[in-house]
Amino acid sequence: MHDIEALFEAMRNAIPAGPVKIKEAVDSGKKVVGCYCAFTPYEVIRAAGAIPVSLCSTSDKPIAAGEEHLPRNLCPLIKSSYGFALTDTCPYFHFCDMVIGETTCDGKKKMYELLDRLRPTHVMQLPQTYFGVDALNVWQAEIESLARKLETALGVTITEDDLSREIKRRNEERRVMEDFYELSKLNPPLLSGQELHLVNEFFKISFGDPRALDMIRELRTKLQENWEAGERRVSAGKQRIVVTGCPTGKSLEKVFSAIEENGGVIVAFENCGGIKPNYEMVNEALPPYEALAVKYLGIPCSCMSPNPKRLDLLETLVDEYKANGVVDIILQACHTYNVESFLVRERITAQGGKGVSYISVETDYSQNDVEQLSTRMGAFMEMIA
Amino acid sequence: MFFKKNFQIGVDIGSTAAKAIVLDEDGAILYKAVIPTGWSSVGAAKELREDMERSGIDVTETRVVATGYGRVSVPYASKTVTEISCHAQGVFRLLGRDCTVVDIGGQDTKVISLSNGRVAGFLMNDKCAAGTGRFLEIMANTLAVDLLGLFALAERGGGVTISAMCAVFAESEVIGLIGSGRAKEDIAFAICESIVTRVAALCGKQGRGREFFLSGGLYESEYLRKRLSERLQAPVTTDPLARWAGALGAAILAGRLD
Repeated sequence: MHDIEALFEAMRNAIPAGPVKIKEAVDSGKKVVGCYCAFTPYEVIRAAGAIPVSLCSTSDKPIAAGEEHLPRNLCPLIKSSYGFALTDTCPYFHFCDMVIGETTCDGKKKMYELLDRLRPTHVMQLPQTYFGVDALNVWQAEIESLARKLETALGVTITEDDLSREIKRRNEERRVMEDFYELSKLNPPLLSGQELHLVNEFFKISFGDPRALDMIRELRTKLQENWEAGERRVSAGKQRIVVTGCPTGKSLEKVFSAIEENGGVIVAFENCGGIKPNYEMVNEALPPYEALAVKYLGIPCSCMSPNPKRLDLLETLVDEYKANGVVDIILQACHTYNVESFLVRERITAQGGKGVSYISVETDYSQNDVEQLSTRMGAFMEMIA
Repeated sequence: MFFKKNFQIGVDIGSTAAKAIVLDEDGAILYKAVIPTGWSSVGAAKELREDMERSGIDVTETRVVATGYGRVSVPYASKTVTEISCHAQGVFRLLGRDCTVVDIGGQDTKVISLSNGRVAGFLMNDKCAAGTGRFLEIMANTLAVDLLGLFALAERGGGVTISAMCAVFAESEVIGLIGSGRAKEDIAFAICESIVTRVAALCGKQGRGREFFLSGGLYESEYLRKRLSERLQAPVTTDPLARWAGALGAAILAGRLD
C-alpha cells in the first residue's frame, strides 16, 4: 500500500508555502498578476511571461476592515477580497504588480474602482450572455485589450505562438484535474470531498509548476493502486453529494464537514474552484484569441443570463457521479446564485423523472452557523437515506 | 415499576424548551414532560432523566433517541436524529396524513413537507433570527408580555407594519413605535404580521395549496394559526400534543433501533 497520507500532507504544507514561491519568483525578476475569478484568461498572463495568482478572498478576518469602505450587506467574498488588499494581509496581493478583475457582478465591478487605488486594476468588461456572436466579439476584444495592457504594463510582446504554447500548457493542467476528478465516480469514491477540496486548493497554488502537477498525477495513480489492492478510504453507503453554487474556499469548509460528518460524501465540486472552469478545454485548432474567447465566455457562472449550461452541467455531473443529492452553497447577498437556486432546485429534483434531492444553504465566512449547518445537512442526509 | 425493555424514549432539547416522551410497547404515550431548557442543554437533559426515573422509567434500559438543537447533550441517548426528521415522524403520527409541517422554533423556523409520512423536502431560515420564535420572544420582552400575551394583544390591534427582514432592525422599529405612542395592541399586531409574512414566504417556497400543521410550542396560539391560515389560504391544523411532536417522533424512531 502506498502512503497516501504523506502526499496529502505534502499538499497541505505546500498551501501556506505558496507565498514563499511567489516571493522567490519576484526576487528573480518575475512579474505577478493578481486574479480573483475563473473568467481571467491565465494563458494571456503567462504568455506575457508573468505568473497569474489567485488572490485571497475567502477569510472572515479582513471583512471588518473591508466594511470600513464597503456596505455591510455585500457578499463576503467581495468584502474579504477588498479587506485583504486594504490591510495588506494577502501575500499574493502584496507581491502582485497589477490586478485583473471582471464585471461579473455589481458589487465586484464597483469594488474594483476602489481597489484600483491600492493596485493598478484592469477590469475586463464581461458580457452577460454566452449566446450570440456579438457577445463573443466583445469578449474577444476584451481579451485582446488585456494582452495589449499587459504588454504595456510589463514591457513585453505577446505573440500568437506564446499564446498557443500557453493554451496547450493550461489545457494539460485542466486534463490533469479532470482525470483526477474521475476518481470520485467510483463507488465508494477514492477520496473524501474534503480531500478533493484540498487537491483543488493545491492546484490553485501550483502556479503551473510541472512538479506540482506530477504530484497530483502521482496521488491519482497511488489512490487507484491502493483501491485495486482493496483500500477503501471512504466507507460504502454514504450519500453521494455534488456541491454547487458560489466559489468555495477555506471558510466554507464548514459546509463540507457538515456534509461529510453527517453521512454524506462529496463526489464533485461544480463550483469555480472545481469542475466549472475546467471541464471545457480551449480549442487548440482555433486562432488563439478566438479560442480563448469561446472557452472563457462559456463558463456557466450565474452572472450569465440565462444560464442553462450550469443546469446541463449539473445534470451531467449528477448522472456521471451517481449523486443522490445536490448541495447549493449561496453566499449571503450573492443575488445571482441566490435567484438561480430556484431553477437549480427545479431541474435537479425533476430531471426527467431521475431527480435527486436538493438543498440550498445561505451562509457567509463566519463560523457561528456550524451547528445550524450540521442540522441542515444531517436532516438532508436523513431525508435521502 | 414498568417493564422497560420495549419502551421507546424521545428527548427533544430545543433552544427554549426541553421535552421528553416515553412510549410503551403498543406505542401509547406513557409519560410526557416539558421543562425550560435554560442556559444548559446538559442540565435540561439531566433534569428530564431524573424526572423519568422518578416516574419509574430506567433510561439506561430503554432505547433513547435525542433530537433538537441540544441533541448532542443527551449522554443517555443511543442515537441522535435531527429535529426535521423527528417532527415529520411525530406530526405524521398525530395527524395521520401528509401535510406541510411548520415549526416556529426558538432557534430555527422549519417548513417540512411530508410525502407518505417521509420528509420530501424542508426549508429553514438561514442564519437569521427574523421569523423565529427567538424574534417573538425578544419582541414580547420589549412589550413586557409573554408570548401568548403578545398574540392576545395582537388580536385587538391593527394598522401598523414593521420590517420582516431583520430581528434587530425590527426591534429598533418597535422601540420607535413605542416612542411615538402607538398602542401596544397595534405594535403586537405588527410583530405578529411580521412573523406570519416571513413564515408564509418560507411555506410558499415549499409549495402552497395543501394542509399545514403548526408544530412546536406556538401551537397554543389560536390567533397565530388563524393569521397563518388566512395568509396561506390553506387550513392550518394542530394538535394538543404539537409541542411534543419532535420528542414523539424521536420516540417512534427509537423503536426502530436494534
